[in-house]
Amino acid sequence: MRQLEHVRETFSRGEVWSFMQPRPSSLELDVTHGTILYLEDVSVSFDGFKAINNLNLYIDAGELRCIIGPNGAGKTTMMDIITGKTRPDSGSVYFGQLINLLKLSEAEISQAGIGRKFQKPTVFEHHTVFENLELAMDGDKRVWPTLFAKLTGEQIDQIEEALEIIGLSEHLGKSAGSLSHGQKQWLEIGMLLMQNPHLLLIDEPVAGMTHQEMDRTAELLTSLAGKHSVVVVEHDMDFVRSIARKVTVLHQGSVLAEGSMDEVQNDQRVVEVYLGE
Amino acid sequence: MILIDILKKDRGGQIFLAVLLVTTVTVACLNLAVPESSVWHVSTYTVTLLGKYLTYALLAVAVDLVWGYLGILSLGHSAFFALGGYAMGMYLMRQIGDRGVYGNANLPDFMVFLNWHELPWFWYGFDMFWFAALMVVLVPGILAFIFGWLAFRSQVTGVYLSIITQALTYALMLAFFRNEMGFGGNNGLTDFKDILGFDLQADSTRIGLFVASAIALALGYLACRYIVNSRLGRVAVAIRDAEDRTRFIGYRVDHVKLWIFTFSAVLAGVAGALYVPQVGIINPGEFSPLNSIELVVWVAVGGRATLYGAVLGAIAVNYGKTYFTAALPDLWLFALGALFILVTVLLPRGIVGLLRRREATQ
Repeated sequence: MRQLEHVRETFSRGEVWSFMQPRPSSLELDVTHGTILYLEDVSVSFDGFKAINNLNLYIDAGELRCIIGPNGAGKTTMMDIITGKTRPDSGSVYFGQLINLLKLSEAEISQAGIGRKFQKPTVFEHHTVFENLELAMDGDKRVWPTLFAKLTGEQIDQIEEALEIIGLSEHLGKSAGSLSHGQKQWLEIGMLLMQNPHLLLIDEPVAGMTHQEMDRTAELLTSLAGKHSVVVVEHDMDFVRSIARKVTVLHQGSVLAEGSMDEVQNDQRVVEVYLGE
Repeated sequence: MILIDILKKDRGGQIFLAVLLVTTVTVACLNLAVPESSVWHVSTYTVTLLGKYLTYALLAVAVDLVWGYLGILSLGHSAFFALGGYAMGMYLMRQIGDRGVYGNANLPDFMVFLNWHELPWFWYGFDMFWFAALMVVLVPGILAFIFGWLAFRSQVTGVYLSIITQALTYALMLAFFRNEMGFGGNNGLTDFKDILGFDLQADSTRIGLFVASAIALALGYLACRYIVNSRLGRVAVAIRDAEDRTRFIGYRVDHVKLWIFTFSAVLAGVAGALYVPQVGIINPGEFSPLNSIELVVWVAVGGRATLYGAVLGAIAVNYGKTYFTAALPDLWLFALGALFILVTVLLPRGIVGLLRRREATQ
């Protein structure tokens, strides 16, 4: 019977078959409704374990959102789904109104304007700070244009501006491998900025940082919000409190609570999850 | 102008090209202009030997480009070298004409011997030099392109990739050993007479091939240096150091690998094509996996990711090989093995790294 229903649905008069629908011709972002990222009913399981379970999450354009949750809540898996590293079993992920992220490759998602910073800082250790930013720069990244690419004055300005923002102007000629842990984290954020992303996904930016470095990072991230949308996954509650305007709590693969830091902290369910009864 | 641009920051390259130029001119003059009785005369045997080293050096540069800069340890590069060599060998076979042992103008000797009556289709066109020259570039290039397209698209990396490159060259070796393949079986192609109408035994032709090898090496070096200096070269190093990261900032890692790998295979093919007329034979032994491994040793000994280090390593190890296989033939393989271990343990950056360190301490 279900199959019959399926057939009826497919051939109903109002149905527009998916292959007939126009594909968006470009990766132009449309945020006319004020929301930049939609995750709806997303589920994914690994060997029967539901890492993400009917997750619904909406990120507004220009907001700074913190995502917290105990270990195994699905924070990193969620990032993997958005960046195309993991494909969900069901659900839909849209970037703006038009771009279906589930149909794009990792490189295409990055070109569409989603930048990701990994938990462990990964910069190109053998390149200088300047070269790291140059490589990350937005532009034609196909093989032949890259072979003949020359830096224009404008691009150099752009790199210097990013160096200014992340506070590494004095170190531009240093090899990235010789930077301190905190500096590497900032360099990586700088590399994200060079891609002119609309949405920044940042995974545990202050892990292993000193208090001073943490304060610098908080300043950096809050200054980025507005122009970009920023999603931060973090364990450190003090840090989250210092930057968060809106916090989402994930638990067992779905959203447990959402709101300001105070609201979330006073939510009984959240307290249970974190403190265990 | 472009030349100055490429070599601006490459002191090792400047020294290497200067030495190459001086050596080539000197050797050519000492061979042609100085009478044989003089102590200063360089024998034609030495010229050919040096020419052979130069083609090895070009091959080593091609390997260094993919291993040193892109991080792909190819253990099958001698396959591309041998394919280039076979393309040239086929041209040279067709040039023999009716001067072969059987005097058959239409068929190479080994086909007459196998009782074949007409030329197989894949030998068509090889009587023309331009066609053979095109095949020298196309055959290794297309093979590398198809192989790379399959391997890099499915993100095969590291040891697994090394193993399948090794399998590739081994499979080709077994195929070329078969008489039915039409490439002369285990005897390969030999007994060449002349190239472009010049007698291969003549001193002047030998010098011509030697100079051509030197020019090919210089051009190959400059092309690789240009790639390495470009942003594409920096992307290659980025792929070597952090492949996932490079993918996330929007580069098509598989495409970058594919193009550089293919270019490297073409260079190897050209090296093979220059090698064959100088040594006078090409047989399936050139596909042997051992050759590919030895080739990696040259690059490791010279110093990875420097390009000129590869040249240095290729020439040093092959000189050692020529010397040891004559003086102490049984010891050569042990010496090669010991060399590889010593370099890996004591000199991870090869001879070039040693020279640089000495320079830094002074």
